[in-house]
Amino acid sequence: MENKSVVVQMPSSPNNEGRSLIQNNKKWTSIFNRNSEWRGKIWIYGSAIFVILSVIAITLFLTVQGLRSFVVDHINVIDFITGTEWYPDRAENPSYGALPFIFGSLMVTILAAMLAAPFAIGSALFMTELAPKWGQKVLQPVIEILVGIPSVVYGFIGLSVIVPFMRDHVGGSGFSLLSGALVVGVMILPTITSISADAVRAVSNDLRSASYALGATKWQTIYRVVLPAAKSTLITAIVLGMARAFGEALAVQMVIGNARNLPNAISDPSATLTTIITLSMGHSTAGSVLNDVLWSLGLILLIISYGFILLIRFISRRGQVS
Amino acid sequence: MKQKKWIALTAILVLSLILSACGSKDTSSSGQSSNGNNKEELSGKIVIGGSTALQPLAAAAAAEFMKEHPKVQIEVQGGGSGAGLSEVSNGNFDIGMSDVFAESKSNIDASQLKDYKVAVVGMTAAVNKEAGIKKLSKEDLIKVFTGKVKNWSEVGGKNVKITLVNRPDGSGTRATFDEFALDKQTPAEGITQDSSNTVKKIVNETPGAIGYLALSYFNDDSIVKLAIDGTDATEDNVASGKFPVWAYEHMYTKGDPKPLVKAFIDYMMADPVQSNIVPAQGYLSVTKMQVERNAEGKLTNK
Repeated sequence: MENKSVVVQMPSSPNNEGRSLIQNNKKWTSIFNRNSEWRGKIWIYGSAIFVILSVIAITLFLTVQGLRSFVVDHINVIDFITGTEWYPDRAENPSYGALPFIFGSLMVTILAAMLAAPFAIGSALFMTELAPKWGQKVLQPVIEILVGIPSVVYGFIGLSVIVPFMRDHVGGSGFSLLSGALVVGVMILPTITSISADAVRAVSNDLRSASYALGATKWQTIYRVVLPAAKSTLITAIVLGMARAFGEALAVQMVIGNARNLPNAISDPSATLTTIITLSMGHSTAGSVLNDVLWSLGLILLIISYGFILLIRFISRRGQVS
Repeated sequence: MKQKKWIALTAILVLSLILSACGSKDTSSSGQSSNGNNKEELSGKIVIGGSTALQPLAAAAAAEFMKEHPKVQIEVQGGGSGAGLSEVSNGNFDIGMSDVFAESKSNIDASQLKDYKVAVVGMTAAVNKEAGIKKLSKEDLIKVFTGKVKNWSEVGGKNVKITLVNRPDGSGTRATFDEFALDKQTPAEGITQDSSNTVKKIVNETPGAIGYLALSYFNDDSIVKLAIDGTDATEDNVASGKFPVWAYEHMYTKGDPKPLVKAFIDYMMADPVQSNIVPAQGYLSVTKMQVERNAEGKLTNK
């Protein structure tokens, strides 16, 4: 490409001195030229730098704000992470124990993944292995619709349908870890399904042919050949779904009950990091201890989310080796 | 063809730039006039924000005010009482709305802020119908909310398990209920929800549930309005000081307000708003109150 531009410029330069001037000139004004390399470069490099900078800025901001409760308000980090009592507003001896929320977040995430993964991988297999045409025509749009439903709608359906159902059939008030996990499970279903479908599609047809040639049935081929071959991407799909479940706030808040103690059973109300932040943030004044500990909860969320991403990196790297 | 597209695109860009420039010119000129003539005709912009409980009332009053003064633009935002107090202290809001006294937030310098009590909100416990309870002594109510009593039969109701519905930390409703209904006891754990409508829905649907709501939410018979210590939770009883669970709705300004902001606050406190919009939005008028309460919760006769 660079050679070409030089060739183009050659005829327009009457002598050597003038040529360098014109070239210089061209470099800067060429931003306005449609075919200029510069314009493309500025746009692409600019976008990349913008994305990286915003990630760094968010991390830094959250770290500075999140550390305030330990540095300025002198709350013990260990007590904060392992304490089980959350009474930030109590007049005498307020206590800040975030363990119930960390536990609640992780439990909702794991339960949701356990509920969603079998259905997601099953429908991915249906779409790719059993009925590719019909699956593409019907299942794909259905999954896209599931992605498009706003989370507040999931929450409202959960509050109006799942909570009364749980109350009548499981017991308690109906607001529970399980209700939260069910709602989030449906929400992460499309994420896991679409990535799983890509994973299964990426499995080489030679492997399938070889399996059939050995006399394997369709199910044997799927179970013994396709799934193992796609394993690492399938796990990545599930972890990505979990990352989404972990960050979900609105829908969970409506059905989980937001009780601030550790739940004794799966049918007990509980709370997650995100629901406590969204519930209390508006009521706290900037710079107050309550505000600071909410930022700290946000920092914990960010750290665990980074953990999920590292996990995905690790899994996909291992997948490449094998 | 491609060149034509480019020409069209640049034309659109240039046009939109010109238009936006015009737009910004407009706003800047109106801003200038707000500094100049505020005696003849009010103009300019007021930003109000904070308590979501007070937001509908402020928005309704602002709409009326803007009808009378078409050159005034009032923006009413939510964000919560905490945000209202912080942002007015920082100078980002002209008026900060709050359900609680600024004095109750330790990191807000209340001496900097000027308090206008624009309305009163009464509240009481909302009980699910299946509990079979219509009134409770304060002592029993505290037992229920602190978890010492687990079944409604222990305080004279039916054999139904008690489910508590609390409000989140820092919520003005929670602070008021804890202070005046529970005598500053910390309630036991239960379901926590922020929105009054959600609390109402949960109390209505969950057998044996008890939560607390502003009096305006008891507008149908889906939930039971609890009488405390033999006093019905009515507006008259709140106004006379017989029923203790109520709070002011505050509008705070940083120092003395600008003339335009002052004009709006005067409008809020004056009769047309206090006797029409305030009751219509489910609040009690401050002018009707026969008692007064200070930031420490001390009650005095007016």
